Amino acid sequence: MSAPAIPRAVRERTLLRSLSLVIVGGLLIALITGALSSYRNLQLAYGGYYFAALAGLTVLAGLSGQISLGHGALMAVGAYTSGLLIGNEGWALVPALVAAAGVSAIIGIPLGLAASRLRGPYLAGATLAFAVGLPALADKFPSTFGGENGLTINPSMPPSWLGSNFALERWEAWIACACALIVLFVLYNLVHSGVGRSLRAVRDDEIAASLCGLHVGRNQTVAFVVSAACAGLGGGVFTVVNQLAAPGSFQVQLSLYLLAGVVIGGLGSLVGAIWGAALLVFLPNWTTDLANSFSLSTNVSHNLPLAIYGVVLIAAMLLWPSGIQGGFRSLGSWLWHRRGRRSRSPGAPADRPSAAS
Amino acid sequence: MLAVHELSAHYGPVRAVDHVSLEVSAGSVTAVLGANGAGKTSLLRTITGLIPASAGRVIFEGEDITRRPVEEIVRRGLAHVPEGRGVIAELSVDENLRLGGLWRGRDAAPRKEIYELFPRLHDRRTQLASRLSGGERQMLSIGRALMGRPRALLLDEPSLGLAPLLVAQIMAMIRRLADTLDLAVLLVEQNARSALSVANRGVVLNLGRVVADEESHRLAADEGLRHAYLGF
Amino acid sequence: MTKFIDLTLSGISDGAIYAAVALALVLIWRATRIVNFAQGAMLMITTFIAYAVIGAGASYVVGFLAALLSGLALGAVTERVLIRRVEHAPPLNAVIVTLGLYTVLVAVAGMIWGNTPKSFPAAFSLRGYTVGGTTLLFTPNDTFIVLVVIAVALGLAAMFRFTSLGLQMRAAAFAPEVARLLGVRVGRMFTVGWALAAVAGAIAGVLVAPSVFLGPNSFDPILIGGFVAAVLGGLDSPPGAVIGGLLLGLALSYVSGYEGSALVPLAALAILVLVLMIRPSGLFSAAQERRV
Repeated sequence: MSAPAIPRAVRERTLLRSLSLVIVGGLLIALITGALSSYRNLQLAYGGYYFAALAGLTVLAGLSGQISLGHGALMAVGAYTSGLLIGNEGWALVPALVAAAGVSAIIGIPLGLAASRLRGPYLAGATLAFAVGLPALADKFPSTFGGENGLTINPSMPPSWLGSNFALERWEAWIACACALIVLFVLYNLVHSGVGRSLRAVRDDEIAASLCGLHVGRNQTVAFVVSAACAGLGGGVFTVVNQLAAPGSFQVQLSLYLLAGVVIGGLGSLVGAIWGAALLVFLPNWTTDLANSFSLSTNVSHNLPLAIYGVVLIAAMLLWPSGIQGGFRSLGSWLWHRRGRRSRSPGAPADRPSAAS
Repeated sequence: MLAVHELSAHYGPVRAVDHVSLEVSAGSVTAVLGANGAGKTSLLRTITGLIPASAGRVIFEGEDITRRPVEEIVRRGLAHVPEGRGVIAELSVDENLRLGGLWRGRDAAPRKEIYELFPRLHDRRTQLASRLSGGERQMLSIGRALMGRPRALLLDEPSLGLAPLLVAQIMAMIRRLADTLDLAVLLVEQNARSALSVANRGVVLNLGRVVADEESHRLAADEGLRHAYLGF
Repeated sequence: MTKFIDLTLSGISDGAIYAAVALALVLIWRATRIVNFAQGAMLMITTFIAYAVIGAGASYVVGFLAALLSGLALGAVTERVLIRRVEHAPPLNAVIVTLGLYTVLVAVAGMIWGNTPKSFPAAFSLRGYTVGGTTLLFTPNDTFIVLVVIAVALGLAAMFRFTSLGLQMRAAAFAPEVARLLGVRVGRMFTVGWALAAVAGAIAGVLVAPSVFLGPNSFDPILIGGFVAAVLGGLDSPPGAVIGGLLLGLALSYVSGYEGSALVPLAALAILVLVLMIRPSGLFSAAQERRV
């Protein structure tokens, strides 16, 4: 990789920091899940696989300034891979999830190659075609993919050393959160690696970056493939948690949900992906409650989440393009400046340039 | 006709136009001179509203046109021939001309008139503007501005990249247009000598500020100024 | 052999639809350098409006007109209210806004009309022509589709070429700043471009609805087809969009006939990626290649 060399000390610091982050996060989750109800644990598991896909998507957007509408479909690839391997081939959990990520990465290679050549709306259009086209394959090969009904698998039981009354949902939350932490670890290091640095350079000024000798195309392909693997891992966990992979779960809407998730979290923000995952988990419940309390028709209540995601996408772009995380950040710096200014200059100078800032 | 009072404009934190005042009356040519980056182009772009003015006023025919939309300013009869000649390469010569007169409706100058002024354009009227030479593009750009029968004409570096003979022709034509059509012409030029040869007044800008505003023959005679800012 | 002829003919009719949607996308791209991913949803809404009008007892023609008028309004309002605010933002923002609009429109259609696809009346018979004893798949309605799309394409071409509105729209698209300096109300031209595009889309929606049925997501593959057709044509060129649409219609018709309709969107994706890899500026575009 001919990305700019990162000093070894910096590399090690990044590695160490992300590793300690993952360990602390893992311990917290292991403890917290013990106190949660099984329903909350299940929601945590949902959040885990959404986070994996969202994190991949947001890092791609943040690093390369591009969005993929294919991440819902890439989740489907992972979901069907783990469904087939666990359900039909009897694979164990971990290799099946690794395979889910791997197969999605492989599918992501041609898309990533295309992504490295495509600017602006082309990648969005190409990946939208992927998202619209892929679910139909389940119908095309019903004997393999189970048609409309999809694939069902048996729940993966918690290992015996955790004790006989260890709740299944808590185990599922562990699986999902472990995968989310792995994704976090990989992406954090990707963002702070030479690849990440050169991708940011490319995003800001592609021509200048290629003049500096950066391998623009190769780095973008790498970013897309890693991002696709994250979505595939999320999809693999989806099957494990829901014990089902069916085309209905992976319609083009899913890709739009994911997009709304990263947009509200703030494009490019890994912490923002947590906000996005929370939105995707809780919003359907809230809208169902809302629909019930206002006794809305099923047509309305079914489409309410979709409408909200759409409004979120539009409103975020028009009013708050940096998302929740970016909003917090600018709120923070605003407070910081306010405090700083008050302590420094009680009477602000009158001739401060106004339009300049 | 056209008066600029204490006009300022910013590019980000940089003040590109800094309290500039000048006047152009009908039938006269005012040259705006200065080195690269002195703010000449920014001044023209601020007058026509392409850059929002941060302070000051632009008065055209007695009315304040500061901060009005570009289209509305142009539709009052203030034509701006942009730098780099601004012909629309994807349109034919004839279409470029038509476009210049559309806002005037029936009162637009007949294309015949422009073609009489620039016979070269008539020969090439069905060709795409991208096929024209530099001098022809400049003619098209000026001719297109005249289609709307403007009262004032802002010209941004019309001599840029042209052969000396062509520059002299263009300058002579600008003088003639001012005289025959009673146009107020604001001529931005780096080529100070040829601009001053046809201008009534000269305004010298440096770092966005007016450093001199005099009749053109006096300006040309001021050796210190010439050396410092005009390079001849 | 009959199958091949059938597929070719239905490819032409599908291609006409792709061409109309591609024209809509190209009009918007030229005006505002935005790919309108909401196009499929916009034409879905206008077709639903035609459906509602016809369902209320009006004739097909009135329904068609209702679709056109609502398209005109929808396009203009979208540009004025949403797009104008992101025209100067990074291109990604505009992409996301059109996707948001797509999402909202799909949800609204689902709320009003439900998610079960409805059947939509055809203008003419859906019974194939009989030639020498064999019945073709090509129907009088397909003839209607092809003729209407040809008329739309020629009408747009004439409008751009011969009217002063068309001249101003081209100027605004090619060189917005110069156009403003010539007194062209560029913002208004953009609005007109969006409105005309939505009308072209609305026409495509009403034409194609009888064969795909009418549901909130029915037109997603049509949008994909239109997008690929527009890219084939270079995204910038209306004649390119029409030729691209016909070529894509033929190619996808063979894929669908010999391999099954489930593969159509993925085949479109494959064609798209191939074209972008080999000739990023489109098959027929004379424009220069994109930088880098």
